[in-house]
Amino acid sequence: MTSPRHLLDFEGYGRDDVLSILDAAEAFFEVSRRPVRKVPTLRGKTIINLFYENSTRTRTSFELAGKRLSADVVNMSVAASSVKKGETLSDTVRTLEAMQPDVIVMRHGASGAPHFVAKRVRCAVVNAGDGTHAHPTQALLDAFTIRRRVGRLDNLIVAICGDIAHSRVARSAAELLALFGAEVRVTGPRTLLPRDAAALGVRVMPTLESALEGVDVVMMLRIQQERLGGTRLPSLREYSRTFGLNRELLGLAKPGALVMHPGPMNRGVEISPEVADGPSSAVLDQVEAGVAVRMAVLYRMAGEGASNPAEA
Amino acid sequence: MASPTTVSLDTDGQVALDSADVARAIRRVADEILERVPAGFALVGIRRGGVSITERLGHALKSAEGVEPEVGAVDIALYRDDAATALPDPKIGPSHIPFEPRGRDVVLVDDVLQTGRTIRAAVDALLDYGRPRRVWLAVLCDRGGRELPIAADFIGRSVDVPAGGRLEVCVSGDASADSDEVRLFAAAKVRAAP
Repeated sequence: MTSPRHLLDFEGYGRDDVLSILDAAEAFFEVSRRPVRKVPTLRGKTIINLFYENSTRTRTSFELAGKRLSADVVNMSVAASSVKKGETLSDTVRTLEAMQPDVIVMRHGASGAPHFVAKRVRCAVVNAGDGTHAHPTQALLDAFTIRRRVGRLDNLIVAICGDIAHSRVARSAAELLALFGAEVRVTGPRTLLPRDAAALGVRVMPTLESALEGVDVVMMLRIQQERLGGTRLPSLREYSRTFGLNRELLGLAKPGALVMHPGPMNRGVEISPEVADGPSSAVLDQVEAGVAVRMAVLYRMAGEGASNPAEA
Repeated sequence: MASPTTVSLDTDGQVALDSADVARAIRRVADEILERVPAGFALVGIRRGGVSITERLGHALKSAEGVEPEVGAVDIALYRDDAATALPDPKIGPSHIPFEPRGRDVVLVDDVLQTGRTIRAAVDALLDYGRPRRVWLAVLCDRGGRELPIAADFIGRSVDVPAGGRLEVCVSGDASADSDEVRLFAAAKVRAAP
């Protein structure tokens, strides 16, 4: 009853909410491995994928998730939409809402844009990444992958390496893992570390080596090319030498530690090919988990939207 | 087939089938399956009530004629006709069909048959794993009250349940357990405090 209607970030979500999504995702994971990868659960429901930033992977993952639940899925991307014609976000959303969707899945370059939308629509809103703020379904699929591969979620030591300051992936992962008592360490070039590390509840480590010591899980973030060349990050070569994960460094982590990457990877920059393709890598597991977890989220959101039609 | 058991709501918790009745019903269903279903069939229990009945049927088939069919389980949460509105308590269990149903005879197993909606959903779920030659239905209790044109092929016991009644099945998958029973309660699970 009191479970949250939207998924914008993990505010209002407790351990039990997360576990209920992950448990449902286990069932959907099984669906994705059947000969017929489709269930009739959301027949007649409409999901709009509203993407203001390019993201082939996340959008495809949400699209497949919706389709495997038998929902009607419509993709709207910025290049093809009226946003280019000067329409405000508020007007766009009101127009979309007139089409009676049950869920709007939204990615936007501005932090907080999905919150803005959620306050203005009756349907459920799922944040597929907003600015530097949050990317909750990525954190959920990471948690799902960790639980499957490591066997538990509680009291893990997790290192996140890369452009932490601008990473919604790191922020959401830290928020979720905190619910399970994890020790989250972050590391990266000092110019790319957050100023509010304490508020995030993470430990800042000066080097990748120190961050990796005894970890259960290491998450490597993608170095975004647009940050290059400026004062924050001089060169890829230098970054790779200082913060690139290779097999030798991975030896500092716990035996059998899991290596994760939200993709797309820059092979040879933040992660060496031998690690990316090695037995520790969970990269492809993460992609497969993405569809199952998003099915679980859409299932929960579309259902709740249906049971509270009068709200707002 | 035995005539329907009639139970009344006068005493809440009245035993409709006791441990011996349950054992006898399962034995009879197993015998009928062996008589009518071609060899090489598989059993699929409908989660959750049908799973322990399936285990018991498996024991009975084995001790009757040494037949050991493959066994699976389907969860119907995603196939319910009210799937999207029965929320927000989405409890989905895993389906597990460790064999290829295509071309096989599959016996669906459930504890209680009432409206038939669960069976409709289970048939749909099963078909997504492959196209069986024939799907049969075995139930421990048929209590009447169909809302869809569905009938069981094998019925352990027919029970006439008065309107407003609810059958509670407590059957262990372990054949040696003697705590099995089916009881009848008034429908409301939680009574308002006086």
